Amino acid sequence: MTAVLAHSPRQHEAYDALGVVIDPELDEPITDLGFVRSVVVSGADVEVHLRLPTSFCAPNFAYLMASDAKDVLVALPWTDVVVVELDDHHDSDLINRGLAADAGYRGTFRHEADEDLDELRTTFQRKAHTAAVERCLTGLLRAEPDRPVESVGDVRLGDLPGDDHTEALRRRRTTLGLPDRPDALVLVDHEGRAPDDVPMALRRARSTRISIDGNAHFCRGLLGTRYPDEPTFIPLTQIKEHTS
Amino acid sequence: MYTKDGESYFIVDAHVALWDARPENQRNIHGKQFIDCFYDYHRNLSPESEVWSYEDYLYQGGERLMKDLFEDGYVDHAIFQPAYLGEFYNTGFGQSEEASELAKRHPGKLTYNHHFDPRNGEQGLEQLRADAEKYGLKGVKLYTAEWHGESRGWKLDDPWAYRYFEACRELGVTNIHVHKGPTIRPLDRDAFDVADIDHVASDFTDLNFIVEHVGLPRLEDFCWIATQEPNVHGGLAVAMPFIHTRPRYFAQIIGELMYWIGEDRIQFSSDYAIWTPRWLIEKFVDFQIPEDLNEYAPLTTDQKKKILGLNAAKMYDIEVPAELRLPDADETATGPREPDRADLASV
Repeated sequence: MTAVLAHSPRQHEAYDALGVVIDPELDEPITDLGFVRSVVVSGADVEVHLRLPTSFCAPNFAYLMASDAKDVLVALPWTDVVVVELDDHHDSDLINRGLAADAGYRGTFRHEADEDLDELRTTFQRKAHTAAVERCLTGLLRAEPDRPVESVGDVRLGDLPGDDHTEALRRRRTTLGLPDRPDALVLVDHEGRAPDDVPMALRRARSTRISIDGNAHFCRGLLGTRYPDEPTFIPLTQIKEHTS
Repeated sequence: MYTKDGESYFIVDAHVALWDARPENQRNIHGKQFIDCFYDYHRNLSPESEVWSYEDYLYQGGERLMKDLFEDGYVDHAIFQPAYLGEFYNTGFGQSEEASELAKRHPGKLTYNHHFDPRNGEQGLEQLRADAEKYGLKGVKLYTAEWHGESRGWKLDDPWAYRYFEACRELGVTNIHVHKGPTIRPLDRDAFDVADIDHVASDFTDLNFIVEHVGLPRLEDFCWIATQEPNVHGGLAVAMPFIHTRPRYFAQIIGELMYWIGEDRIQFSSDYAIWTPRWLIEKFVDFQIPEDLNEYAPLTTDQKKKILGLNAAKMYDIEVPAELRLPDADETATGPREPDRADLASV
């Protein structure tokens, strides 16, 4: 077990702020995933180090998380100099130079960047929504074994139980700009369209959910293997495991 | 051959390597990072009794490989799928000369596949022709995230890649094993995206495309493409060891694959030396999909036999004893299998 370090209120504030930074691929906050290695506050200056499960995690996602982390820290009213560094990654030097210079994505990756990362981010927001839909509807089918699968096409937000899966789905819907009304259909795509073939849509959503879950298993396991017992903001043993 | 409860399984390990990641072969820090990443996979997902020391892991050598696969590991035939990684290692990561020599000494047991990189242009095309003759190639292993000067990746539907696939077709190199890695230009998009496999599989219907790691971390995109392309297959490298650490999750992967691509297009591999085959084979033969995951049908013994060896043996014309052969499933060539299992309620 790692000793629990004493933290100042500003350290906590900085750490909490990082809770809105999401790993786009795993659809979970970097704080829940254990990616925040350290948070050091000195007056109004903050230095945060991030770590990832392997040196070869995709550099575009690594950059997205690190630059999002810097943005949320800069946005805190009391921060002055904000330093965010990504440790032990094959592109650490490149990404850290880019972050320090506020070079942006294109300035950081130069010839390897064409436009921006919005499309990439959007792709994964859609997948996260698809997986959230599947978790809710499969939950419903398991709870009501006699329910015909075609009927999940008629399920509305208000029909879902008030549990974590439903809350997660509502957040994903809000991100995509889908309505958050009780009468809104659940089984819809990112533009709110209902499918023609309901069982097939559910099957496809299931494979998306399984893919995301599997990546989360890999990432959590590898992070624990890579950094066993390292003193860190939150010990790895206390990182919570999401279930689906 | 593995025998249990009166059933015999012919084993083909469709993805093995003989690598050299020792410090003297590391060209730079990335060589160390790469093998360390593999070692973390190994340590994290192996049963404790099967974990190697870091030193053993850096280089295993031919003798140990023969023992781990064929003496201890029940394997009847194994296929080398070397990764070059010339930007990280002086003589490359996968050791071509050593592995191909070993295969030459044990032709009944080992098949050597080589690699190519379309960014080598005309010269690389000449090299592919020479390699096909030198090694008697039936297949190649392609790693699309290979670094090459300023470039850190390529796509299967790049125009130059098409020239190489045309050469493969002409040379009888019919089995194209594809491994998706994380860096590819532009970084704006998903580097693991498998859409390029869709394009080549449609344009080269006489070649087999075996997607290693069954497309992970993009299992769903892989399934969707593979279900529509009868010449796309799934390699279980890296997915296999979940059978130990996350058996329920493994069940879902297998369940998805059985549904989308069926029992004839899934290939077992240990991904040696990331893992060793013995425990994976033992666990797979004992494995069953948990009853409460009732969206999936139970896995039959015949299906396990196909996955563990018969499917790859068929693709590579490896002789299988007559009594162990099985016919193809009477299933659709494209689209989901057993569509009546498309939902939970019908079971």
